[in-house]
Amino acid sequence: MKYATQKRSNWCQRQLLFVIFLFLAPALLQAQEVSDHQYSSEAIQAGLAIYSRECALCHGPQGDLVSGINLRLGQFRTASSDEDLRQVISNGAAQGQMPAFNFRDEELSGVIAYIRAGFDPDGVAVRIGDPERGKVLFEGKGECALCHRVNGVGPRTAPDLSSIGILRTPTNLQLNLIDPAAALLPINRPVRLVTRNEETIVGRRLNEDTYTIQLIDSQERLRSLIKSELVTYEVSERSSKQPTNLTNDEVADLVGYLLTLRGVE
Amino acid sequence: MKTSLNSLLLLTVTCLTLTAQAQVPFERILNAADEPQNWLTYNGGYKSQRFSLLDQINADNVSDLELKWVLQNQVFGAWQSNPLVVDGVMYLTERPNSVIAVDAITGRVFWKYRHVNDERALVCCGANNRGVAILGNTVFMGTLDAHLIALDRVNGELLWKQEVGDVARAYSVTMAPLVVKDKVIVGVGGGEFGIRGYVAAYEADTGELAWKTYTIPGPGEPGHDSWEGDDWEHGGAPVWITGSYDPELNQTYWGVGNPGPDWNAGQRPGDNLYSDSVLALDADTGELEWYFQFTPNDAYDYDSVQVPLLADIEWQGEARKVMLWANRNGYFYVLDRTDGEFLLGEPYVRVNWSSGLDENGRPIPTPQPEGMPTFPGNQGGTNWYPPSFSPRTGLFYFSAWEDYATIYRAEESEYVPGRAFLGGGFSVLAPAPGAPTIGIGRTNPINNWTNEVGFGSLKAMDPQTGEAVWEYNQFDVSDSGMLTTASDLLITGGREGYFHVLDARDGELLYYKNLGGQIVMAPVTFMVDGIQYVSIISGNSLFTFALKD
Repeated sequence: MKYATQKRSNWCQRQLLFVIFLFLAPALLQAQEVSDHQYSSEAIQAGLAIYSRECALCHGPQGDLVSGINLRLGQFRTASSDEDLRQVISNGAAQGQMPAFNFRDEELSGVIAYIRAGFDPDGVAVRIGDPERGKVLFEGKGECALCHRVNGVGPRTAPDLSSIGILRTPTNLQLNLIDPAAALLPINRPVRLVTRNEETIVGRRLNEDTYTIQLIDSQERLRSLIKSELVTYEVSERSSKQPTNLTNDEVADLVGYLLTLRGVE
Repeated sequence: MKTSLNSLLLLTVTCLTLTAQAQVPFERILNAADEPQNWLTYNGGYKSQRFSLLDQINADNVSDLELKWVLQNQVFGAWQSNPLVVDGVMYLTERPNSVIAVDAITGRVFWKYRHVNDERALVCCGANNRGVAILGNTVFMGTLDAHLIALDRVNGELLWKQEVGDVARAYSVTMAPLVVKDKVIVGVGGGEFGIRGYVAAYEADTGELAWKTYTIPGPGEPGHDSWEGDDWEHGGAPVWITGSYDPELNQTYWGVGNPGPDWNAGQRPGDNLYSDSVLALDADTGELEWYFQFTPNDAYDYDSVQVPLLADIEWQGEARKVMLWANRNGYFYVLDRTDGEFLLGEPYVRVNWSSGLDENGRPIPTPQPEGMPTFPGNQGGTNWYPPSFSPRTGLFYFSAWEDYATIYRAEESEYVPGRAFLGGGFSVLAPAPGAPTIGIGRTNPINNWTNEVGFGSLKAMDPQTGEAVWEYNQFDVSDSGMLTTASDLLITGGREGYFHVLDARDGELLYYKNLGGQIVMAPVTFMVDGIQYVSIISGNSLFTFALKD
């Protein structure tokens, strides 16, 4: 089983990296307070105090007391982006059932940060931008639509994103854009195979077992191959896409758009 | 007149049938190796070697195997039952607690008995049952609501039913019972619910309790001081895998499970005897003859519920009665089974919870910092899946999980009778945040966790050295047990649904077939009318193979 031995050493390295990542993560968050991708941990902590004082009376300590709304899980009646939340908090909503609050800007950011952190004062709060702008980025400058398919439009070589908003957390989507290799699910790894009759197949792994592999190739064909009949079988450590060149605001917008992709209702 | 004739005919047929299907007295089980055409106990004989003297199927003709019949289970979920085969009749259990008698040649069913469990029955890990035991004309099964039932093996009628444990306090029986002499012996499950474990023996003809030995010593008994306060009253130590028996020593051997609460060892200071141990109990009285503890004060759920495999071998130049044991804690052990002396212990997968074993076999603990991965992970380096030993190769075969780790989280747990008593939780180390990980069983035909979260390694272990002579890796982990034969075949499977046959000497792949569903039990082999069969359960079906006609 030459194959598995070879895989193992690669995996050990990556695993070590991931463990290191786990331990650096809190430190990184501290360092990222200047980053615009996320709210700072101070903002989240401040948000907890404001939420408890001003919001918890109606929304409850878990944010689920108002019907149709679960703040902790990011379920709102109308809002989706952080800007939407700002509008609702500042202007009120639902014919006055939700009163307007006159918060200072940093207080407003704090409450939103606390909500986006899933009510976890030690959590991570990803900034979520405007879905409309995000859609434009997805289809244009961001070059996402070159490989990904949404609601029946686009190629199938990369995973279909029509339901990605319910499959991934905002943190995970953001990581996918900034550091695709770290967020890539192992089953989706790009593969390269050479058959005995010298055909080279490049594609995305769909399934694998001891004796066979199933994949979708670059021509969108479903292929199933027997490993013992291959001359070469390589699984890439890297994602097919590069870390994004988009600005922090644009990443927030893109994450906002991806979160609206919730499949066929 | 006609009725009388019919009755006479019926009587004659019945008598002929009874003659043809002889009883299974203790002597037959004792000498199970003399009748390799049958599979008379859970592990194929009291030594639990799962080695068959049948050799009709061999390396040269194994590619001629063909499917003879399929028995489809009517209940979904991991089918962990081990069939027995007696004179052409197969007895096996279905979830949760049915017994069926099947014609071993055609797969057609003679009778089926359904036990309806008390609705309070509670088990941690699925409505599992691992099979029946047989003695005389009686078939025995343990139940999820902690009863032992006895059935007439000819017609499936209930003969007696005995309570083994209190269902309201989450006692259960999932193992196949062990019959020794005139007694039926079972252990209890419930290690995740704060039970106090025991092994109990019942008179086979009446169901009356003969003896009961707790796996946690009570006040005044030796070993009780390995617990503090009242921790011993709900300290777990279940017994949920069938034991073995040495008739010369008159000892039965039992693997004991984890202490409770599972993951918070700090909440139950001390060695927590006899959790994670093997116990040698006198077969007649249940008296403790010796014990060996693999993992004192376990914080990782390293149940020692592996099958105690017995072998009489030349060990490092000396004839010895040994016990071979690949433990869930990642170490492989050789013990002298006359007195439990530790002979050898070597890690067979990556182990970081301990840096090694001292001269008595006691692990040197190296607990990992909070949040760091522990190897092996929560399901262990191996688990309850039955191993095999071939006296021909001298090797011990078992399923191991490689590169599989868990990050544990301990928290204070309050014991409430009949409720989960876990002391925290765990997550499986994954290569990317939120990536799918290996679970307790496989329900998805797509392996989206991949070998990066852990993979299966079938190991052929040399008991002389504690090192694997060869390994056969699989992309997914495997919960499959092993079967070896006198023709040097190693027959097994895995979660991927492959049934595969290897050369037991060198691990060469001889045959494989995709059966489609996870294989979570060992295959068995038997012979009827001169034809050797192999039966293996995959997913919800039992497949029986033999050579082409």
